[in-house]
Amino acid sequence: MQLATDSCAKKTRMTPGQFFLKHNTLIIFFILLIISSLASPSFLTKQNVFNVLRQQAPIVVMALGLLLVLLTGGIDLSAGSIAAVGGMLIAMMVNKVGNTVGSLFLSVIVMLVLGVIIGLIMGVLITKVKMPAFITTLAFMTIGRGAAYMFTSGQPVRLNKELPGALWLINFGSKTSPALGIPWAVIVYAVIIAIFAIVMKYTSFGRLIIASGSNAEAVRLSGVSVNKYITSAYMICSCMAVLGGILITARAAIGTPSAADGYEMDAIAGCVIGGTSLSGGKGKVGLTILGVFTLAMIGNIMNLLSIASYPQQVIKGLIIIGAVILQNLSSKKE
Amino acid sequence: MAEQTYRVEMKNINKSFGGVKALNDVQLTVKPGEIHALMGENGAGKSTLMKILSGAIQKDSGQVFLDGCEIFVKSPKEANDLGISIIYQEFALVPHLTVAENIFIDRLSEDNKGFISWKKLRGSARQLLDELGFNDIKETEIVSDLSIAYQQVVEIVKSLSRNSKVLVLDEPTALLTNKETRHLFRLLLDLKEKKNVSIIYISHRLEEVFEICDSVTVFKDGTYVDSVDIKDINEQELVTMMIGREMSDYFPERNCKIGEETFRVTDLNNGRMVRNINFGVCKGEVLGISGLVGSGRTETIRAIIGADKKESGKIELYGKELNIKCPRDAFKNKIGFLPEDRKNQGVLLELPIRHNATISCLSRYTGPCGWIYKNNETKDVTELTGKMNLKCSSIEAPVKSLSGGNQQKVSLSKLIASQCDVLIFDEPTRGVDVGAKREIYALINSLAEQGYTIIMVSSEMAEIVGMCDRALVFRNGTIAGELNGSEITEQNIIKYAMGVGENATCN
Ligand SMILES: Nc1ncnc2c1ncn2[C@@H]1O[C@H](COP(=O)(O)OP(=O)(O)OP(=O)(O)O)[C@@H](O)[C@H]1O
Ligand SMILES: [Mg+2]
Repeated sequence: MQLATDSCAKKTRMTPGQFFLKHNTLIIFFILLIISSLASPSFLTKQNVFNVLRQQAPIVVMALGLLLVLLTGGIDLSAGSIAAVGGMLIAMMVNKVGNTVGSLFLSVIVMLVLGVIIGLIMGVLITKVKMPAFITTLAFMTIGRGAAYMFTSGQPVRLNKELPGALWLINFGSKTSPALGIPWAVIVYAVIIAIFAIVMKYTSFGRLIIASGSNAEAVRLSGVSVNKYITSAYMICSCMAVLGGILITARAAIGTPSAADGYEMDAIAGCVIGGTSLSGGKGKVGLTILGVFTLAMIGNIMNLLSIASYPQQVIKGLIIIGAVILQNLSSKKE
Repeated sequence: MAEQTYRVEMKNINKSFGGVKALNDVQLTVKPGEIHALMGENGAGKSTLMKILSGAIQKDSGQVFLDGCEIFVKSPKEANDLGISIIYQEFALVPHLTVAENIFIDRLSEDNKGFISWKKLRGSARQLLDELGFNDIKETEIVSDLSIAYQQVVEIVKSLSRNSKVLVLDEPTALLTNKETRHLFRLLLDLKEKKNVSIIYISHRLEEVFEICDSVTVFKDGTYVDSVDIKDINEQELVTMMIGREMSDYFPERNCKIGEETFRVTDLNNGRMVRNINFGVCKGEVLGISGLVGSGRTETIRAIIGADKKESGKIELYGKELNIKCPRDAFKNKIGFLPEDRKNQGVLLELPIRHNATISCLSRYTGPCGWIYKNNETKDVTELTGKMNLKCSSIEAPVKSLSGGNQQKVSLSKLIASQCDVLIFDEPTRGVDVGAKREIYALINSLAEQGYTIIMVSSEMAEIVGMCDRALVFRNGTIAGELNGSEITEQNIIKYAMGVGENATCN
């Protein structure tokens, strides 16, 4: 990391320097990858890699949703709490009605729709009532967290293995697919990433989301209903948060009201490390995912090296600062 | 020319952006106490050179002298301290602050050591505004609430307040009407004569240059063409110097039959600025809207297309009443609009030209699930930008990398691409060079000939006179007069705009 920044500072006028700045997310990712695999032999083992991939599932889907919101120039602080709500409700619901696998799927769909509705409410408050996104989603952050505790007076809800639906969910969270032993959750989010990447790059929806964040007034005056696009970003974001919560519950086989605390911050940090601009209009799906895993890798290697958790947090923060400085440098050079 | 010290001398200046060479070994010399015009087509490098002078960007190589001493300006603040101040083409005001705060933005608390004395600040701003004759601007108004022309005035006041030795104005009059322009010229001549200030004046309006400038330097495509005294040159020669060829009639002939009325606005009202507006426009007709700054022209247009909520009024197209609540409704009903404020309302600076051009008509290029057919889009945008003579490295380049005039062409392309039946242009030629202006006029003509209904708001009277079949003159939020065909003359427009001869109707 240190090495990387130094060489860039010296070579900004030269092509390698420019190359570095242009692809900094990718290069930092690979440098970290190399350093990590040298630092710990257990880092590049199949088990560890799959572990990291599976652990990051909720953060990845939340980061995708947050990317849309950040692209419109907004922010969503509620994602972690909404995930907890989703995780709690799915556990309670499956334990109630999970007699069949079909009812499990129905419950998941109901939960995702609930997420969309929550996002719709936030979107309307932000675009129509003109509340600042920060405050609106901060309010939903506390509402969501409070609700998650209220459902069971703070008790976690263990999935009932006897029920086929619940068992299916537990297996989904813990088992791996026949394909190379990749965890199911990873396959699910790989598909979602692909959908997001295609939508953002090739459809009018993606383009207008970015345009709305770039200059909302100009887009509005061009005859596009900006509010619709901004609201749908929040709808998708909350839906993704609920999905994240379901993935957490599936993995742990238990719904906890304190789940996903602060995940939205990791997701936002992942977006920003991937070059997403907090003022909107700039950000890529692929780079966001890379950002999320950069952050995850830092955490993972520090765990493997048994660095204590307090210094871990400090180091993580410093690396985020470093990555964002690089982003700024590269956007200036353009 | 022996031993003359120039106030400003810039020698062998080079500047590239990425691969694009914006300035190639150019020079500029300005004497003390002269008004020096800097001219050239869009993208010639005028603004770039001025940004180098003011320290906003850094030159790649070359020398800059101020009163004979070489200077190395690294930031706008240093330039300011040296007595160089500049009014940028795209303004640099802080939108959420008041007029007073903006004028004194770098001197908010000079004598109070970090504490702002609001009374004093407002007092000095008021005094300055009065002194310079802009009495109708309140010092406590928030800048973003001002019309864009008044924002320009604030920008001018801000620069004039600094007692600088060198004052650069990059297209200051692009949005001003006659009255403010006259006023500005008086102030500039005063500065030149009384304070011996050197003024560098960039404009695409030839008549202004001949009126107040003493000499002119011409650039073309980032290179230096020549410097001459204004008295040694005429308009035709200057145009030839700029565009490298002769240009015939400035306003091309339009050859079209005016059809029946297609678009009508009845009893439109919105606050103080839009009162009882009634007018109709016909197929194939170009209707001009003129008036002073703040006369309600833009506000009327915004109310028509739903950018602002209107209080009352009926808008009809082909005899059918439309319910327009937002710009989207307007575009859906085939009423398209070009905003006057390009930077904030016209273009998406960070996004490529291609995305900008098709944003109003994206549905034409999309299939199932909003899938964009990029090839069709690229083909159409390439064709359109070719027709508009847009100077760009590729249609994938972000709009912010274009010169001001070329950004305007992107904004225009967007409107043209929307294929609306009624096209409303608010200052269509703002900041575009003479050659491109003629192309835009020709384009508007061909649109009229194809049967589009056209409304054109313009602060440039020559444009209204040269282009319109009929003109409405606005004053204080209402239509003060209507002029037909040969009645459209500068005198008649001024008469109505200023409110003289109120009773002499022209219908
Ligand atoms: N930030 C930038 N990045 C890339 N290219 C740029 C940038 N700024 C200017 N250019 C290029 O430099 C050239 C000169 O631009 P400049 O703005 O100086 O033109 P100009 O003479 O002021 O034109 P106009 O009359 O349209 O304002 C143009 O080709 C423009 O595309
Ligand atoms: Mg310019």
